[in-house]
Amino acid sequence: MFKRSAPSPAPEASGLYGVMAEFADADTLLAAASRTRDAGYTRIEAYTPIPIHGLDEAVGFRGTRLPWLIFAGGMTGASFMFGFQTWVNTVAYPMNIGGRPEFSWPAFIPVTFEGMVLLAAFCAVFGLFAACGLPRLHHPVFNAPRFDRASVDLFFLCVEAADPKFDEAATTRFLEGLGAQAVSRVDN
Amino acid sequence: MQSSPIDKPAVVETTDAFLGPKQTLASVTAKIGDIVLTPLRKTPFGWPIGFVVAAIGLLVYLYSLVVLFTVGVGIWGINIPVAWGFDIINFVWWIGIGHAGTLISAILLLFRQDWRTSINRAAEAMTIFAVACAGIYPLIHTGRPWLDYWLLPYPGTLGMWPQFRSPLEWDVFAVSTYATVSVLFWFVGLVPDLASLRDRATNIWVKRFYGLLSLGWRGGARDWNRYEMASLILAGLSTPLVLSVHSIISFDFAVSQLPGWHVTVFPPYFVAGAVYCGFAMVINLLVPIRRWYGLHSLITMKHFDLMGQVMLASGLVVAYGYVSEMFYAWYSANIYEYFMIVNRTAGPYAWSYWALIIFNIVIPQLLWFKRFRTNIPILFLISICINIGMWFERWVIVVLSLHRDFLPSSWGSYTPSVWDWTTYISSFGLFFFLFFLFVRLLPMISMFEVRDLVHKMSGKHGAAPTGPSHGGEA
Repeated sequence: MFKRSAPSPAPEASGLYGVMAEFADADTLLAAASRTRDAGYTRIEAYTPIPIHGLDEAVGFRGTRLPWLIFAGGMTGASFMFGFQTWVNTVAYPMNIGGRPEFSWPAFIPVTFEGMVLLAAFCAVFGLFAACGLPRLHHPVFNAPRFDRASVDLFFLCVEAADPKFDEAATTRFLEGLGAQAVSRVDN
Repeated sequence: MQSSPIDKPAVVETTDAFLGPKQTLASVTAKIGDIVLTPLRKTPFGWPIGFVVAAIGLLVYLYSLVVLFTVGVGIWGINIPVAWGFDIINFVWWIGIGHAGTLISAILLLFRQDWRTSINRAAEAMTIFAVACAGIYPLIHTGRPWLDYWLLPYPGTLGMWPQFRSPLEWDVFAVSTYATVSVLFWFVGLVPDLASLRDRATNIWVKRFYGLLSLGWRGGARDWNRYEMASLILAGLSTPLVLSVHSIISFDFAVSQLPGWHVTVFPPYFVAGAVYCGFAMVINLLVPIRRWYGLHSLITMKHFDLMGQVMLASGLVVAYGYVSEMFYAWYSANIYEYFMIVNRTAGPYAWSYWALIIFNIVIPQLLWFKRFRTNIPILFLISICINIGMWFERWVIVVLSLHRDFLPSSWGSYTPSVWDWTTYISSFGLFFFLFFLFVRLLPMISMFEVRDLVHKMSGKHGAAPTGPSHGGEA
């Protein structure tokens, strides 16, 4: 999950981060992303105001492993809380209540469940932020013109300079041929 | 299209869709985002008035707590045998209200109900603030609230550990987990919207404020993939969580042997009651806000219609609970159970039981009719009745069961004191203080989810309203 996270900006001598193409709608972007990938580019990322199904695959993302982290967190939380309650009520502070068994495991289930949910939720949220590389105060893509509308109504596709096939002039021409309404250079 | 939220809305009521006509990605973002980004002096008049009233309520609340902490729980009307009074009634009532928010945000997400989109953010905020109000009562009812940390398991010099076989200890974990997970889920939902606010803000400090809160969200395709996965799993975790929380709260009663509490139907009946009054509170909050901010195209009549249907369904489950309590009392052939019902329906507090039946069962039957579900004033009044009715339900369960149990020699009565009333009424001050701050500082409708809805609907109708030419500031 962490290894496959969004390509980090490779520091280039030229200070060039990549080339950003701007699209008016989601369908054009989706088609453009697929064609960019088919053309052999690998370091590409799309930026959109809404989640678009299929776009993650179009930019070459094979899916997140976040669910496994959350599963592991949930299991850890559950086993820890169950073991902890057992230890508390049998070893650390056993109490005889009407002769009921000290290891009365059904009574431990509610807190075990809460422990599972709590740790799984922490893993989901902080795992998500870690996988996305957040928080981060600045990112080169924010230098792209009109990128402030990537969170409103415009759709962007960025080919990064770190891509082995990247060539500023050729890549710009290629993106312009995909229906982009503007293509611009993005500096670090 | 830079529509200011203070413009008098041209009210076009939509009854058959979740969005008004002619919405675009830019227009919904502007509509919702500008509520927050509008300068304070241009906010609708209802906001400052409501905020000041809520702040005064909060001061009364703080004063009540100071008196409680300095004098003690003796200022309340509680005594033996009614040792649980307003404190526990209000705790259960508030936390029940909170559950509707989780239901809307999590359960309806799992069922892919698009109509949750416009109301889930405000409902989740309501959850968090209601849980905050709820959580205070069990902490202050302990009598020595400065020792509340004893509830937590920690290795201390006392060498003592909590008793994990008690539902009261389960409560500590259920409510704290619920509050934590609700806040996390809410914040995750807010991140893309905070990024939109960051990008739309013109004032540099406002931009920095939302920029920091948005953590640097860029909306990359990979990020959206992880984001949707995490949201789905969080919804999957929250769904059993919300059911567990009110089930555990019902165990506080059901695990005891008191007639009126020792009932196996309690967990589902408590959860249904929670959803019931939670939806009523959502309606009570959304009706004025929708009017003040002119959100008629985002929160449509269809939303109110569906919320009315949910209330009707959960209200019928609650009614089933009341009937089954009667049935148990008769079928058990147990004189104490039987007397409990006689005492409820004809005892000294019978008025409160019949008030419960009228507010909770009789009046809400109006919701069978679409005419009433889509009539805002009537729906608003029904919702208030349901909130009152659900409060009476907890009153009936707590007070009427405790005041006359097994031995007539240990019977007693309960009259709430002035301080019971102030700590209850002014807890609305805390709730609305937080809610008004939320309305002013954070987008009260999920912008990216509404954009997603606009996008989906545009696909259905073959139009292309996602183009930039349709609005927003260029």
